[in-house]
Amino acid sequence: MAGSPSPVRDDRILGRWCDPPLTFGGRRAFSFQMKPPPFATFLEEHRVPVYRFLLASVGPNEADDCFQDTFLAALRAYPKLRDASNLRGWILTIATRKAIDHARARKRRPLPVERLPERAAPEPQDADPKLWLAVRELPSAQRAALIHRYVLDLPYAEIAEVLGTTEEAARAAAYEGRKKLRAAGGSG
Amino acid sequence: MREFEPMKEADLDDRAAHAARALADAARNAGLEDVAFATVETPVGRLLVAATRRGLVRLAFPEETVDHVLEELADAVSPRVLEDPAGLDAARRELDEYFEGRRHRFDLGVDLRLMSAGFSRRVLDATARIPYGSVSTYRDMAVQAGSPRAARAAGNALHDNPVPIVVPCHRVVPSSGGIGRYGGNEWRKAFLLQLEGALEG
Repeated sequence: MAGSPSPVRDDRILGRWCDPPLTFGGRRAFSFQMKPPPFATFLEEHRVPVYRFLLASVGPNEADDCFQDTFLAALRAYPKLRDASNLRGWILTIATRKAIDHARARKRRPLPVERLPERAAPEPQDADPKLWLAVRELPSAQRAALIHRYVLDLPYAEIAEVLGTTEEAARAAAYEGRKKLRAAGGSG
Repeated sequence: MREFEPMKEADLDDRAAHAARALADAARNAGLEDVAFATVETPVGRLLVAATRRGLVRLAFPEETVDHVLEELADAVSPRVLEDPAGLDAARRELDEYFEGRRHRFDLGVDLRLMSAGFSRRVLDATARIPYGSVSTYRDMAVQAGSPRAARAAGNALHDNPVPIVVPCHRVVPSSGGIGRYGGNEWRKAFLLQLEGALEG
């Protein structure tokens, strides 16, 4: 990431989901649109997968902050949300962008070395510090693809939707990411 | 490839639940919480209380499912509904004091937006003025709302009271005697009237 790109604005992340519905001759092209549930219900249903994703992408120290940022962005956009047919995709899209923003912000900050290996993984005795370091060094698209695939167990079609890309590109990103982790000495 | 998921499922649930609870604080401070809700344990069962920025908007007895009440609030007020016990501290405390017999008047603001304006609203306004420990009649409420012959309609309006207990519709009884009907079941009406000393035990 050259320079310091500004964080992606929420309305740009959300625009794809919040655009006014297509109309056809003054009528909605899709007459069947699911109404979003009360936010509390939505939060209850998706908090665990979102937390799982963030834990893997930004580590336990920053997962809580990222979780707040993610659901606050969702809450801000919620009344404008037109189509609630794929809320999981929607919230994971937001979480992915927030995780990427956090990673960029972290790169701009001086990094205290001692907190990297031990605390980046939730259970130090299980974690492979080299692997986590390597995961963090991956380009964000590759890291997100890997985490969506191997931590959340999402199919590539859904990963593509969350990342705003094609299934082939998501598959390629995960493949490239795996290759880099192997090269970095992860146990493969 | 090495397993990515060292955290136990139960720990993950705990941390996610903790983060979700913390969200209510952040949302309230950011002005993004349109409806806050919480539950309160009382002698008449677990009550659901919900408030907007204007005040208490809904109080529900356990016969109404939480999901149903939240849907109603999302439709009528805003889908930004969050569970926020801290945001409802005052309501929960006043209800606790009421059921301990230490509070005879609620100081909570009330938001009657779930009630249609006009006659129904005037009936609830009149009901809100009935003092602790006394009762009034459906007919009297109809008179005060400006339609002396609409006692039955007054009863219907009271049945739709979105904030029972706080707007004390239990203090309205038939002029023909007895305690009459109650949306939250008659036993609760009897309990509340006994608690207030308006009905012999």
